[in-house]
Amino acid sequence: MNGRVEKPRLTAAAGQLVRDHPLIPLVALLFMLSGVLELLRPGIINPFWLGNTVKFATPLAMLAACQVLTMLTAGIDLSAGAVATVSAFVVATVTPLFGVPAGVGVALGAALVVGLLNGFGVGVARVHPLIMTLGTGLVATGCLQVYQRFVIATGTEIPHFLEWLGTGRSFGIPNGLFLFVPFSILVLAGLRFTGFGRLLFAFGSNEHASRLSGARCWQVYLALYALSALIAGVTGLLYIGMIRAPSLSLANPLLLPSVAAAVIGGTSIFGGRGSYAGAVIGALILTVLGTMLTLLQMPEGARRVLFGLIILTVTALHARFTEQN
Amino acid sequence: MSVMTAEEREAVPLLDAKGVSKSFGTVRALSDAGLKVNAGEIVALVGANGAGKSTFVKILTGVLQPDSGNVTIRGSEVHVGSPAKARRSGLVPVYQEPSLIPDLDVRNNLRLSDTPEGPFLNWVNELGLRGLRLDDMVGHLPLATLRILDLAKALACEPDVLLLDEMTAALPTDLVERTLRVVRSQAECGRGVIFISHRFSEISQLCHRASILRDGATVGDLAVRPGVEDRVVEMMLGAGVETGAPVTGVGHVARPRGTPRLEVEGLAQGGKLSDVSFEIHPGEVLGLVALEGQGQDELFEVLSGLLRPDRGVILIDGTPVSFRHPADAIAAGFAYVPGDRAEALLMERSVHENIALPFSTHLGGWGPIRLRRERASVGETINRLQIDTRARGAVRRLSGGNQQKVTIGRWLAVGFRMLLLFDPTRGIDVRTKRQIYPLVRQLAERGASILYYTSELDEVPLVCDRVLVIFNGCVVATLAVRDANESTLVRAAYGLSPRDACGG
Amino acid sequence: MTRWIGKHAWNIGLAALLAALLGVTKLIQPEFGVSGVESLTRAALPFAFATAAMAVVVIVGGIDLSVASMMAVTGVTAAVLMQHAGDGSSVAVTFLTLLVGVAMGTVNGSLVVLTKVPDIVVTLAMLFVWEGVALLILEAPGGAVADWLMAAVVGGLGGVVDWVPRALILMVFCISVVWVPIKRSRLGLSIYATGSDRAAAFRSGVAVGRTRVAAYAVAGLFCALGGLSLTMITGIGEPVPGPYLLASVAAVVLGGVTLGGGRGGLLGPIIAVFILRLIRLMLTLMAVDPNVTTIVEGAIMVIVVMIGGLLTLKGRRR
Repeated sequence: MNGRVEKPRLTAAAGQLVRDHPLIPLVALLFMLSGVLELLRPGIINPFWLGNTVKFATPLAMLAACQVLTMLTAGIDLSAGAVATVSAFVVATVTPLFGVPAGVGVALGAALVVGLLNGFGVGVARVHPLIMTLGTGLVATGCLQVYQRFVIATGTEIPHFLEWLGTGRSFGIPNGLFLFVPFSILVLAGLRFTGFGRLLFAFGSNEHASRLSGARCWQVYLALYALSALIAGVTGLLYIGMIRAPSLSLANPLLLPSVAAAVIGGTSIFGGRGSYAGAVIGALILTVLGTMLTLLQMPEGARRVLFGLIILTVTALHARFTEQN
Repeated sequence: MSVMTAEEREAVPLLDAKGVSKSFGTVRALSDAGLKVNAGEIVALVGANGAGKSTFVKILTGVLQPDSGNVTIRGSEVHVGSPAKARRSGLVPVYQEPSLIPDLDVRNNLRLSDTPEGPFLNWVNELGLRGLRLDDMVGHLPLATLRILDLAKALACEPDVLLLDEMTAALPTDLVERTLRVVRSQAECGRGVIFISHRFSEISQLCHRASILRDGATVGDLAVRPGVEDRVVEMMLGAGVETGAPVTGVGHVARPRGTPRLEVEGLAQGGKLSDVSFEIHPGEVLGLVALEGQGQDELFEVLSGLLRPDRGVILIDGTPVSFRHPADAIAAGFAYVPGDRAEALLMERSVHENIALPFSTHLGGWGPIRLRRERASVGETINRLQIDTRARGAVRRLSGGNQQKVTIGRWLAVGFRMLLLFDPTRGIDVRTKRQIYPLVRQLAERGASILYYTSELDEVPLVCDRVLVIFNGCVVATLAVRDANESTLVRAAYGLSPRDACGG
Repeated sequence: MTRWIGKHAWNIGLAALLAALLGVTKLIQPEFGVSGVESLTRAALPFAFATAAMAVVVIVGGIDLSVASMMAVTGVTAAVLMQHAGDGSSVAVTFLTLLVGVAMGTVNGSLVVLTKVPDIVVTLAMLFVWEGVALLILEAPGGAVADWLMAAVVGGLGGVVDWVPRALILMVFCISVVWVPIKRSRLGLSIYATGSDRAAAFRSGVAVGRTRVAAYAVAGLFCALGGLSLTMITGIGEPVPGPYLLASVAAVVLGGVTLGGGRGGLLGPIIAVFILRLIRLMLTLMAVDPNVTTIVEGAIMVIVVMIGGLLTLKGRRR
């Protein structure tokens, strides 16, 4: 330890803070963005706006759960967007024919099939998750397009409870929270207090060590990707209730932002490190950012540029502060 | 290279490193390391595991930057910023791990490092490697060949100083002989050689001086003469350090009767493990001694369920078993502590999570964690092993000794009948070592069977009841601990029968 | 000879598969001939460049999710600048566009190296950035392209070799002019070395960081070629990125370049592009629902990689 310590000490302290309480800077960023928003358009921050922001962040945050869970094991789920779309489209087209329970059941069943396929590819055939989920996403989209031919005449109907969940408000609070709050508590608690959650972290930090301790990889990956697909399926159900217009690319635009939300929230794409709470805040940040860029009346192009730059900056800063050694 | 007179060569050392220090976070890897190499000299760099040898080598060759200290080559100070720069300034290393690119063929590897082909091929010939084709893919070549290619590549650069890090470890005997001869001729040409090896026989055959590193500092520089080994070992270990008296109970196990806990018959796996048979009884610690790469790694991997044997039977309490996955071995009561701690630990996770890992690996453990029970059993293990948990965060921040305790502690918490310890004291401090020996004995007394591979022969009388020596994938000797002294073990490990040892 | 076959087994297999597929196509559609091949090649052109770009980055051990967006940027750049340009200045514009591609690639690579953030995250962010830049340059499809450029991709070479599509010559020419000298040079070696084993490459004296930046820059150049070719085919600039990202990953994987780097070349992926395009064409000819082709493409990609994975697994079980 010699003379050139002064400046590093500051970054080291900041790094320590970020490491120990990774949420603090994220929450600060969220407040900062909201502050900027309030400056741009005084009075915009009101309960209604808050409700709207939360409402639009909810599906993104749920889809981000897929990414957090898979990234913990150094994977990724790029089929999540397609799966959500499939589930949304299926529920809207099966419901008029066979009723709501069948619609929801078939939708989640379809999601589960994709998930099991992903799990098989990643866990048994040891295909890189990126490739595997990209491929199954393609296949799922294709299947959906073919399926659409058969149901084009039947029309669509969105179950009422999904509409209620997606668009309704109770006491000013978006109803989506009735699904999202229990869901996020389940994910948070699951990661922390269940053996499976522990295993996900363990796999990400050292798969070989987990194997040595008796974990069977295929079981874990199969369960993980099936779970991820189910979450994506449920997200699709919520999203169709919110958008109310089934289409073949409904939730696809959410895919890359869901990855971004997870990454901004401090989840490492190399596995072993991450938190769902961070991803939820990440989703909120992205939503507020979206509003802000719209408010600035920037051209669409500039908004995308800024969006990309902010993802890059946040992850780069995160990497710098938590850098090992 | 400029032509120098003999006096000049004497006057200016080829390489002179002084006061080199390096810290990684809070860990001080080097505090005051130095090394001087004169022209025509072969200097051995020795040090126990963890003394900072590899860090020092990385600094000399420009892979790492030192915190302080300086390195001069031919009298002028150099800042070796990268391996490429070190190479240009005349210091050419042959690293422990191959530095050839696996996905390129030999010719392209030479082009990549600007190595002239002609001299390279000459050296390959000189070193006794036959049948090499320049369009061979490096990834398909055996390890020994890669070592030779690395050396030939270094020699073809006509270095001033050649650094050989464990060059001979992976080589068969005939290639070792040739290699040593070539290295000697290099020194005779006026080059300097830094030679790192854990084989004393090679050092005393080859080197002029030995520079000893202990706890990150250079503590001595001795001329190599017959009989200097003891002095070197003394300096390596430090004054007053003894490995301790035998732990009570060693070798006292009366020849056990009844069904052995584990019987292994004619086990073979791949090219390394050809025919190993032995048995372990409950309450017994069976030592295993072998030179590096004699099949011990494969034996442990087979017994822990990582590898499937090609031939042979494994019987537990008289019943044949076959492990298809480590989970099967664990279910049968086998616990495996691998030689490389990094293999077994979740470096970024806490001590608690590392110890509790086996609780949640099987399907039944995927549900909610029974926190109270888990905390109790993990806490008990931490107390029993006196694991330092002051660093509450990642296991990565613990010392080697504490990390090793975590890998063993994991199995204490779940329980086992058969413990497979692969060199558990490698690279850890003496204090922890002294805690591990009695622990092993204690576990045996409570009825566990323990297979204990060690690379340090003086540990054998401290913990083992019997010793198995394997060489070339076969058991060559089984000795009771009272017959096992360093010379019998070494002779057996080199494939010379212990009877000869007694006779000669 | 056997060694040569062993080294190129994957490419030979792909070429055989392509030949077989061409044969099957001829069976399904007896009229399939010169003009069919010509339109197939033209359609494959932007895919081939996107795949080449992806392949270079994957070989160096990274991945570039922004290829399609970079193609969009270069495509609209060319289209906007050529709108009122004569033949002479359109040549300059072409070179400028290529330069833009190299610059974007360099930015990608430098960010990956400097920020130490994983390739996939950086290029994901850059995907948005380049997409936005493309929209800023041109909000809706428009612009124009010089006639000589459009003519360069349509029809055959003329004369006795009229059956050789111009697009194929353009593709082969551009890719070889860029890649062959690089592959033969030290840079090419460094790219393979870095992708194969970064630590060993560093120990062998390779400037790893610079090599990675260079690989991304080469990918940027290929993207520029891809964007240009897209504009040449359609005659206008399209700011919204096409489906080139997924397709290029699929072709790269099918073409024998392993994710993680160090292995494979550009020939395999390019053949794979043709295979994937041809399958699409065949299914269309068979009057199969065009959407099924998406399923088939995805399934092929997954199955190929799975089989590869299972085979290596089998090989590893000693």
